Amino acid sequence: MKHELRVRVGSVGFRIGSDWKQPIDQLAALYKDYPTPDIPDFTVRLFAQRPWRRFIRPSVMIGGDYMLPDAAPLSLAHGLLAAEMGMNLQMALGQRRYLLLHASAVERDGKALLMTGDSGAGKSTLSALLGERGWRFMGDEFALIDLETGALHAFPRPVSLKNEAIALFEGAVEADRLGPIMRDTPKGDIRHLRPPKDAIARMGEPAKPALLLFPRFGYDPDVREVGEAEIFVRLTQASTNYVALGEAGFGALSDLVQNIPTRAIDYPDTESAVASVERLWAELAE
Amino acid sequence: MTDARILTRALVDPATTVAFGAEDWTSLMAMARAEQLMGSLAHRLDGLDHLPEKVAQLCADARQSADHARRQALWEAEMARRVLAPLGEPVALLKGTAYVAAGLSAGVGRSIGDLDILVRRDALDAVEQVLIEQGGWEWVKDDAYDQAYYRDYMHELPPLIHKERDRMIDVHHTVLPLTARPTPDAEAMLADSVELENGLRILSPADMICHSAAHLFADGDLAGGLRNLWDIDRLLRDFGPRDGFWQALRARADRHQLAKTVARALRLAETLYETPLSGDVADRRRVGDALYVRRLLSRDGWGRETRKILRLAFYIRSHWLRMPPVMLAKHLWTKWRKGAG
Repeated sequence: MKHELRVRVGSVGFRIGSDWKQPIDQLAALYKDYPTPDIPDFTVRLFAQRPWRRFIRPSVMIGGDYMLPDAAPLSLAHGLLAAEMGMNLQMALGQRRYLLLHASAVERDGKALLMTGDSGAGKSTLSALLGERGWRFMGDEFALIDLETGALHAFPRPVSLKNEAIALFEGAVEADRLGPIMRDTPKGDIRHLRPPKDAIARMGEPAKPALLLFPRFGYDPDVREVGEAEIFVRLTQASTNYVALGEAGFGALSDLVQNIPTRAIDYPDTESAVASVERLWAELAE
Repeated sequence: MTDARILTRALVDPATTVAFGAEDWTSLMAMARAEQLMGSLAHRLDGLDHLPEKVAQLCADARQSADHARRQALWEAEMARRVLAPLGEPVALLKGTAYVAAGLSAGVGRSIGDLDILVRRDALDAVEQVLIEQGGWEWVKDDAYDQAYYRDYMHELPPLIHKERDRMIDVHHTVLPLTARPTPDAEAMLADSVELENGLRILSPADMICHSAAHLFADGDLAGGLRNLWDIDRLLRDFGPRDGFWQALRARADRHQLAKTVARALRLAETLYETPLSGDVADRRRVGDALYVRRLLSRDGWGRETRKILRLAFYIRSHWLRMPPVMLAKHLWTKWRKGAG
């Protein structure tokens, strides 16, 4: 394709091709500390639906090795988001080496904290915040569980900060770690944050899952135990490839659920959340 | 201009990849995925020691994924068998599910989507009723025009999907749309079909080739053509050495009014996959063959469709073959108005 970028996140290589220069330039800036894969795992294509739509009211279609049949195009101003969505799509539909959980993850002392919940629960923001406060950021979107060892593999792509979360980081981190602000996307305002250098340098190091939290933002502080059956079902819903992996997926998920301490936590603001996380980590992380 | 020739060559002779660089591998895998041939390719490359680590890894993933597809397809066939058994009607598996159920080479690494079965046309109402009332399948779209269109003109029921397992079943009562010009003899296919251990049936070797060939040219604009042709290549390599196969193929192709269709499929398979042929079924080369080859290979190293005008020509042709002109106009008009509304 006319413009191209290759980038590796964790162990997964991507080749992103585009009819336009702009999204590729933005990606290159955002991913500047990441390595380049030799042979990529997945191909993503950003293309114009009709040749003239490259110039007139340009709209970006998302394609690649794996595609959704009727995905809506995005405006060129949201081209960076389109690229990220294309990469996520390849992972969600095509990844078979790991059990994929829609979860964020951070690490300390070789042990990993996983956070999963509905969109808006704050898992992404929390992982980014902890990543600035002594934890190693392992990913805000997908947690990759090894089907054989049960270890968690990092997938630390840039964090998509949404709406109110953007202000938490503006001014608090080096300006060049933040991508362009994209307003009025289908998910509201979005701005990407490149993880700390150390998180990228160490992205090849797996960690042992040691604590699982289901955070929920906007409630009075609370901590609840969750039964194994409920954890299992919630994680099947949070997984994009549980069904496609068949027995291997069931095995990996059962092992995880039986071995990891788990709590649901409610929090009214991020400071209270960080405090709860630290307390639970000290009490429960194995 | 790059095209999918590197893919067909790698499938025929995996050793052609020995001098591949990173760029070639990247293109090869994008093409194989786009053509639904990644699982088949992964099996062909299995065990070669010149594969880069990443390629070996992606191939292992693809093989595992195909294993799972196979298991799911066989389970879906079993679910249908249990529901349909009390009717006492012959039920023949078609396409991918048939290949894996019969342990044929065409099933190795194959991706399998829907369950396709063939039943007698007279049994269609009973089959439909049992699937819906007892089996848990339901219509994908309950649209009056589509329902009537399928029932009046097509070779299959409108697609049904299972409420819980989310898998589709296509119930065929013949091979080609009723409006298409050749009229294959579906009753004869069922009569000649072979029973498997579990009571389900598969088509006879000659009929399996006839069905695959009809399917290759009749469906859409040759979409998925390289995969469908790969099926034919693998089937012919399995059946070719059997006594009387080529004579039977000739006779069945004539009987189903598919002589030209089968002949062209064989010639294309020979050109693209070096399929060993025997006898005179393939007939002599025709000028049009080269266009088919160009169309089938129209894929670039990004996995994109290329040769748009040629593709469009094949698309129009496929509809032309499928229905008479006045009917085609009416059909497209109705579809367009529904789309606009």
